[in-house]
Amino acid sequence: MFKLRSRAAYFGVLTALALIFSYVETLIPIQFGAPGIKLGLANLVIVIVLYKTDWKEALLLSVVRIVLAGFIFGNLFSIIYSLAGGILSLAVMAFLVRTGRFSVAGVSMAGGVSHNVGQLIVAMVIVETYQVGYYLPVLLISGLLTGAVIGIVAGEVLKRIRSLEFKTTVKEENR
Amino acid sequence: MKKNDLILAAAIILIAAAILAFQFFSQSDGEHRVEVTVDGESFGTYDLSEDQTVEINDTNRLIIEGGEARMEWADCPDQVCVNHRAVERDGESIICLPNKVVVSVESSEANELDGIAQ
Repeated sequence: MFKLRSRAAYFGVLTALALIFSYVETLIPIQFGAPGIKLGLANLVIVIVLYKTDWKEALLLSVVRIVLAGFIFGNLFSIIYSLAGGILSLAVMAFLVRTGRFSVAGVSMAGGVSHNVGQLIVAMVIVETYQVGYYLPVLLISGLLTGAVIGIVAGEVLKRIRSLEFKTTVKEENR
Repeated sequence: MKKNDLILAAAIILIAAAILAFQFFSQSDGEHRVEVTVDGESFGTYDLSEDQTVEINDTNRLIIEGGEARMEWADCPDQVCVNHRAVERDGESIICLPNKVVVSVESSEANELDGIAQ
């Protein structure tokens, strides 16, 4: 069985992977009809890490990835929006994983939806109007679809990397 | 996919549909008004649902009829505003440049969406 023993090593690899996905996403020229709707490829890595390790690792990876991607491809606003969405969606996903009643696709769908909801809440605070709430149905559906796509892909990836073990504890390594 | 996933998806779609339906029905009875300004200063605000005739400083005459507003008469030579089609939707306006009269439609709810995110 193959193990990624050093936490720093696998965390670096995963951060790089998530960043690359963020970059690839900026290359996709397709506009999905409404502003702000994107696939969220980087969340593929987040979902896989969430399943392979625990929510703490996923949260750390998510925050690091958002801040780095924000500095490289975005601006301060995109960092704030993404952080709100990322943290809320991770909280929801971690909760759903813990209940054990949903498959990867379901967890990811909820994550996609809550990601958009989190961003919308921040938008309401920043723009100081609840009028942006009219955008909610669009964001719910788009979050559902993109979350489902990411979840299905993540499920397939997880099936194939079952033998790969991310989780290592310091105690294990010292033995 | 598990059964719970589908239930979750259905629930989210239902919520979205419910919000959409709510918006659709609440928007139809949104009250629209026309605001008239002369030389940048507010002249008055009039309800579009009430049929009325508004005399604007003896230079223009605005008629509100059947939920829309049109300029009926103007003392200016070009008559652009008179030939302008009637306005009824939020954001539409009739502008009479020579008399500096602006007639614009706005809904009672402030429509102040502005994009600041990428």
